[in-house]
Amino acid sequence: MRVEIRDIRKYFGSVKANDGITLTLEEGHIYGVLGENGAGKSTLMKILSGYQPPDSGEILLNGQPHTFDSPLSALKNGVGMLYQDPHDIPPFSIVDNFLLGRDKRLRLNYRAAESELKELSSKYGFALDIQAHVDSLSLGERQQLELVRLLAGGAEVLILDEPTTGISAEQKDVLFNSMRKLAREEGKILLLVSHKLEEVQELCDHAFILRRGKYVGEMEIPCPNEKLVEMMFGQVPPRSERPTFELGDPMLELRDVNISTYRLSVKNLNLSVRAGEIFGLAGLEGSGQRLLIQACAGLVRPESGQIILDGQDITSWSYHKTRAVNVAYVAAGRLEEGLVASLSLTEHVVLAQRETDFFVDWAASGQDAQSRIEHYQIVGRPDSTAEELSGGNQQRLLFGLLWNKLKLILLEHPTRGLDVRSTNYIWNLLYQRRQDGTAIIFISPDLDEIIERSDRIAVFSGGVMSRIVDAKTTSVKEIGHMIGGQL
Amino acid sequence: MRIRTWIVRIWPLVPILAALLFTIGLLVLFGADPVEVFQAMWQGAFGTQDKTLSVVAFTIPLLLSSLGLLLTFTAGLWNIGIEGQIVMGAVAASWVALFMDATSPVLIAVEVILAMLAGALWAGVAGILKTRGGVHEIFGGLALNSLAIIFTNYLISGPWQPPEGGSFFGTVPFREISQLSRFADSRFAPFSLLVAMVALVMVFVALRGTTWGLKLKALGQNPRSAFLLGVSSERETILAMMFCGALAGLAGAVRVLSWYDNLKQNISGGIGYLALLVVMLAAYRTLWVPLIAFFFSAVLNGAITLQLRTQLHSSLGGILTGVMVLFVLLFGSSKALGIGKSSEDEALEPDTSEIES
Repeated sequence: MRVEIRDIRKYFGSVKANDGITLTLEEGHIYGVLGENGAGKSTLMKILSGYQPPDSGEILLNGQPHTFDSPLSALKNGVGMLYQDPHDIPPFSIVDNFLLGRDKRLRLNYRAAESELKELSSKYGFALDIQAHVDSLSLGERQQLELVRLLAGGAEVLILDEPTTGISAEQKDVLFNSMRKLAREEGKILLLVSHKLEEVQELCDHAFILRRGKYVGEMEIPCPNEKLVEMMFGQVPPRSERPTFELGDPMLELRDVNISTYRLSVKNLNLSVRAGEIFGLAGLEGSGQRLLIQACAGLVRPESGQIILDGQDITSWSYHKTRAVNVAYVAAGRLEEGLVASLSLTEHVVLAQRETDFFVDWAASGQDAQSRIEHYQIVGRPDSTAEELSGGNQQRLLFGLLWNKLKLILLEHPTRGLDVRSTNYIWNLLYQRRQDGTAIIFISPDLDEIIERSDRIAVFSGGVMSRIVDAKTTSVKEIGHMIGGQL
Repeated sequence: MRIRTWIVRIWPLVPILAALLFTIGLLVLFGADPVEVFQAMWQGAFGTQDKTLSVVAFTIPLLLSSLGLLLTFTAGLWNIGIEGQIVMGAVAASWVALFMDATSPVLIAVEVILAMLAGALWAGVAGILKTRGGVHEIFGGLALNSLAIIFTNYLISGPWQPPEGGSFFGTVPFREISQLSRFADSRFAPFSLLVAMVALVMVFVALRGTTWGLKLKALGQNPRSAFLLGVSSERETILAMMFCGALAGLAGAVRVLSWYDNLKQNISGGIGYLALLVVMLAAYRTLWVPLIAFFFSAVLNGAITLQLRTQLHSSLGGILTGVMVLFVLLFGSSKALGIGKSSEDEALEPDTSEIES
């Protein structure tokens, strides 16, 4: 198959997400699609996979123009996309998920489906237990299932959007091997959307670079990283230096805190975080680190123990009460937990104020929003809605809404899905925050980030918090072992 | 671009036209002459001064209820219980009208205040059931509607029954001083129009210009994010319900004090449910609400004459308004059909066009 993407345009309001992009894809290749946040990668991939229509432009498969009105119609024509968050139905069994949207008959042929599923997954080295239900699978396994479903659906072109976020190193190797096999042996076209240059260098043989909705060039891989970075950003962004900082007095203390939910209980949390300290929490998702953060934010009530903030006992305080004493919580899902998709930037600024007036001064608030847009370098206007912003800009907005002089900032995945520049930008903001004596606790699945950014680190495994290690002396290997339960 | 903006702006009229066409089709199918039918309806609504005033008088409680529902809909709440809130407002006003002794202005002031309180409390119960008891406001509201109607029936057939004996028809007529003074022997009380206009301005300002309105909007769109941004969902939910209930209670008072002159069975006459349709048809745009409420009132009042003039049943008015709402829900916003495509922000925020026009 040969895919030509011709002059694709897609505008959201005044934002030109795709501004006339033309690419040609030949069979048997693995292409990297690179670009900073808001460069238009996701939009282009969603158009190619039938998730949304372009405003203009066309897609040619083997020289024939095609329009896809849904992901299903794209798949019928051989184009499938693996999303960052798998589009599966957790309570279903694996076989049901596999059959969903494929077998349209009244009576489903389970036996054939099972053997097809087994055959495909063993072919690509996936170890799927086909009796299991989707909600018992890890993110990596769900990805494998989705991949198998797309392949069985006849995908000749596979788009993978940030596929290595949140999966283990072994799963990544399995995934990459299967991708190589699909391209080299079966002549399929693979498109890898990624921020991680190392991955692109490791896997791809060609990369397209987008910037601000436009195609800026392509490179044969391997090539020097600097070249790619230059094309992505226009200039090489300086590597953010982590400034040394003198830590203050203890800001947050947890004494024998126990938290239980019906899924997980976390026992005997003892922790002291100092003013200006950055404390990283590692661990697989659902190991208890999120409960710790939510207990500090007042979103989860501890069963017993004490949480002391700056000498004040805030155990079992409500979220709004802890917020009033300058604790901020930034959740992982930006549009789900943090921003309201259809509200404008100005409206967000008004809502998030420390003290709200009865009447809204829209003119002043609009100016306030504009100054935050400039200060936090958000690509958008005061009247842009949150959903019109790219992921990186949504994160900048969330940071732009935080109050001054915070005592504690609690962060989940602060840089998930962000490019190098946005990541550095966010961390520089956080480094500035500690000048005010703000303590920062964050969760990240990215061990490099944890080690690079934290002062001290704790690892969660199955509800147990490890000993606390110094970021300067630890290594990815040591943390990796701890995640695996060798606390 | 200009044509497109124009289409987006007049889009709300499209389902109305579609509903008219559908109704005409229905009339032809039953062998009636559409021209004659619409003429009869027009005559019924605006044929005489008295009829026109009736249309206005019927509009007012409908408008008040719809304005209340704008608040709850904005907060993402389905206040089906509005019907019961109207009834409780009517009951409270009737109690004052029947048993309190005072001068006319005092009586009316107390009637209005108590009616608003009663409606607000009845709505507050549904709100608390939702936030504390986890009872969805639709189910809580339906149950409270039944209770309010049963309570009215108990009153008019029990303690408040006329001296000549219990009936399901209603209480004795209120004294003249406890009723709203009406314009030229009609059912229209100018005071109620004034109150409705004040309510319109207040709701418009609340939704457009206050932090509270913005909080309701955030709550309606994404309760989780709104909570994390500092909006107290419980407080705002109950407040929105109570404000809506107060306006509904006021509507109930207008019903007993000017449309009728006593408390009757079925005092609301389904105005609460009708108001839900008005707000849906207006697609939450405050300034469309009075126009649509007036239009509904004209159609429904006109349909009554229709039955006298032609062989058609007066429920034709109900069919027309019902079909209209269905068409609105079917057509959705212009964006859903892809017409407002490149002016998406306008379709998402239809409110902005109001300010300019």
